[in-house]
Amino acid sequence: MNIFDTFRESLPYLVDGFQVTLLAWIVSIIIGVLLGLVACLMRLSKIAPLRGIGWVYIWLIRGTPMIVQAFVVYFGFSQALGLRMSPLTAGIITLSLNCGAYLAEIFRSGIQAVPKGQEEAARSLGMGKARTMMRIVLPQAFKVAVPPMVNQFIITLKDTSILTVIGMPEIVNEAQQYIMIHLDYFETYICVALFYLVVISLLMLLSNYIEKKIGYDRKGRQA
Amino acid sequence: MAETNEKTFVEELRSDDSNTPKAMPYATGYGADEPTVSMPLIDEQLPKSDKPKVIVDGLVKSFGDLAVLKGIDLTVTEGEVVVIIGPSGGGKSCFLRCLNGLETASSGSIKVDGYEITDKKTDLNKVRRNIGMVFQNFNLFSHMTVKKNIMLAPVDLKVYPKAEAEEVAMKLLRRVGLESKADAYPHQLSGGQQQRIAIARALAMNPDVMLFDEPTSALDPEMVGEVLNVMKELAREGMTMIVVTHEMGFARDVADRVIFLSEGYIAEQGTPEEIFDHPKSSRLQEFLAAVL
Repeated sequence: MNIFDTFRESLPYLVDGFQVTLLAWIVSIIIGVLLGLVACLMRLSKIAPLRGIGWVYIWLIRGTPMIVQAFVVYFGFSQALGLRMSPLTAGIITLSLNCGAYLAEIFRSGIQAVPKGQEEAARSLGMGKARTMMRIVLPQAFKVAVPPMVNQFIITLKDTSILTVIGMPEIVNEAQQYIMIHLDYFETYICVALFYLVVISLLMLLSNYIEKKIGYDRKGRQA
Repeated sequence: MAETNEKTFVEELRSDDSNTPKAMPYATGYGADEPTVSMPLIDEQLPKSDKPKVIVDGLVKSFGDLAVLKGIDLTVTEGEVVVIIGPSGGGKSCFLRCLNGLETASSGSIKVDGYEITDKKTDLNKVRRNIGMVFQNFNLFSHMTVKKNIMLAPVDLKVYPKAEAEEVAMKLLRRVGLESKADAYPHQLSGGQQQRIAIARALAMNPDVMLFDEPTSALDPEMVGEVLNVMKELAREGMTMIVVTHEMGFARDVADRVIFLSEGYIAEQGTPEEIFDHPKSSRLQEFLAAVL
């Protein structure tokens, strides 16, 4: 069978699967950004228990492979806690936790890259801690954090494929089912790869655009 | 470009109907050739009196085992210009940062405008609105235009409504001679320009007291004058100022009182003549011999 025929025939399966991939990805990065912000602020907090919780969360996620985390959430929680959930829910939970932990570290390095003097200047004008964070520190931290953030989004998109192991019906899962019947390994997986490649290319273009838009350049730093 | 600046400068002088003197009367020493301040920096001549503005009593600051300030007593009266000199590491900057609570005093008391800075119950954010601070590295908000830098705190903290804050910002910019830079970003400006804007930003909050932490130390030599001129103008208008600096010429010209801070103590203080012409302690004599 010719490669284009395989493409044509596998396409309905793959499009179905890719919809799930995109859904899981978008929900996960939204939850991940929120989780990341909270975890990052916890890690920078003055209150030791909060700092501890933030640290443990990041430590656990970074210290274990995502495939193991997915097994724990899907099989483990169901057995130990009686928490039964669909593969998609379990997948989104795993991805969000993962994305959040890495984003927390990205945000933290962004915040710490803002010179201390910026904060002091705002405080000396009478601006409170929270206001200084919102108006002065976070906007500047965001600039620094955009490239690594986009990078993390790309990684999270690709990581959705790992969740095929718990049966999340994303594109790789669908491809495997198609292959079981038709045995077109090469053509089908090339086609799967193209799906990822297209979305990630668009993402890279968007990231370049944002970087230009917010004036990400090295001259922007203060002496 | 130069012509338009010239024009606004002249127009400024003509249109200014206030009765305060217009140009700097003493364009001597540093920055004599620099463009000087064409209008008063603050709206009215501030009163000068014996009323204490800043009262520091037994201020001690230590970091762990290292005592940086070992008991400072100082009273600054309304309209007084106090210049603090001394060797590096003597605690000058630390002292200044204690005055607006950027550093927390280990013991002793600091009163500014009647507010006890060292009291935990004092709302520092409120007190700081009255204390302007200018930093060695300018610290302009690098993600905002010059105008936004000046307007941000007054608008956010509701000192003025937005339209009025914009007027105030433009007026201050005109007064420091940088009206044309309103929409520039800090990194597009020279150090001297950035520092003049930092001063304008602090003044936009209508402070009663201004603290200057080595405001010219990070500048190229040819830009020192333009910043000192703005500070001189401010002093002349009656602002209460505490200035940490290595510019001995400025201290001699502008200070009402010079403080020599060394090893965490006020080792000597007096009028500029007393300090520079008749230093008593050997430590001050050595210091002056090294810097003059």
